[in-house]
Amino acid sequence: MTTFLLPLESNNPIIPGGAAEIIASAVFVAILTFVVARVVMPRFEKTYADRAAAIEGGIQKAEQAQAEAAAALEKYQAQLADARGEAAQIKEAAKADAAQITADARQRAQAEADRIVAAAHSQLEAERNQIVHQLRGELGGLATSLAGRIVGESLDDDERARRTVDRFISDLESADAPAPQGADVQ
Amino acid sequence: MAVAQVAPATRRGMPMLGVIAVALVVISLIVGIIVAITVPTEEHFSVGVANFTTPPFLSSIPWFTRAMLLGLVAFALALSFWLAMSRNHKLVPGKRQYFGEWAYSFVRDGIARDQIGRDFQKYLPYLIALITFVIINNLWGMFPLTLFPTMSHVGWAYSLAVISWLIYNVVGIRKHGFFGYVKHSVLPAGVPPALWVLVIPIEFISNILIRPVTLSLRLFGNMFAGHLLMLVFAGGGQFLLFETAPVINKFAGGFALIFSLAILALETFVQCVQAYIMTILSAQYIGSALAEEH
Repeated sequence: MTTFLLPLESNNPIIPGGAAEIIASAVFVAILTFVVARVVMPRFEKTYADRAAAIEGGIQKAEQAQAEAAAALEKYQAQLADARGEAAQIKEAAKADAAQITADARQRAQAEADRIVAAAHSQLEAERNQIVHQLRGELGGLATSLAGRIVGESLDDDERARRTVDRFISDLESADAPAPQGADVQ
Repeated sequence: MAVAQVAPATRRGMPMLGVIAVALVVISLIVGIIVAITVPTEEHFSVGVANFTTPPFLSSIPWFTRAMLLGLVAFALALSFWLAMSRNHKLVPGKRQYFGEWAYSFVRDGIARDQIGRDFQKYLPYLIALITFVIINNLWGMFPLTLFPTMSHVGWAYSLAVISWLIYNVVGIRKHGFFGYVKHSVLPAGVPPALWVLVIPIEFISNILIRPVTLSLRLFGNMFAGHLLMLVFAGGGQFLLFETAPVINKFAGGFALIFSLAILALETFVQCVQAYIMTILSAQYIGSALAEEH
């Protein structure tokens, strides 16, 4: 197998066989470098840049959403506080109203009670007066008839009789407060 | 986490790759056995520099050899790989774009940015071209139909090392001025004057003279030695198994052939690592030439 191979120009392996390979190596790597620099690298770097931009954009969007959410929360809380305040106010007002209403009702009831009591008093007074009048008449008649029966004759002389009765009653009245004593009756 | 998410995609992609791999293995096995049986070999088996000669396909074009063809295909593959990977990018990557971005950011963040720092983007295209070109050329050493690491011809490696050397020196001179750069690269900060006599020649030799040599010879040597090793195990195993009579040789040959698979795996690893080292050292040289202080 080795017989049909051509011998190297030199037998020393670290001395290059010919210029062709040296030139080819340099040219290939130079072209590769050029193409990578012009085409490949920009494409990869563009991908990286795009990706970084996309990620940054995503982060920005997320931050924006977070800010919006925070604002909404703040607004909601403010509304809640407003509502709470309003509710407290309403409660206070209701309490005040209730007190007012109770006081009014109590006042009205008092007035009504006073009126009823006054009416009762005046009615009682009137009835008493009426009874007193009635009693005075009846008592006079009875006393007169009793006296007439006791005396045995009719005391027909009305004028005298009435005067006597009247004097008696006025004596009674004048001695009303202290109980009628035997002196007057005797 | 990320691995768990990627795993189903690769698992779905596996059958196709598996079929191709198995087909390649079967084809190369058949071809190898046919060649071993039909083609008469010499009396003696030898592996050496002669195995690295690649004849031109046509005698009228002496420079167009198998190594040149492999280099050209590697160049075309690297070019189409990056063009395909960077095409039609979307914000949310698909499988192809995900792989492309992984490869790109491996060089961009893992090599260029770590080693060079702030201005890494200017030098990124060269580093991408370098690692892609070198790794494909190295991996030619393990595929059945190519089976020849292009970089085991030292000319390719010299050329790349000289380009790296030119870049980091030019970059340093443009940054610090000629004398500033010379001072920057031969005299580390904080060395007492008494030691200058000692330090300056050492630094000059190591930073200016030796670097391109080590850069290229490291790559070349690994590829050369690795291919040699594979030739010894595979070729020698085949020779022992088929061309020699004693039974013990058959055993030894069979064992060597099986063990050559392990060598192949090791060489695949070395081929990738060497491409990575070549690139990361170039980046590191650029970075140190650009650095304000050592």
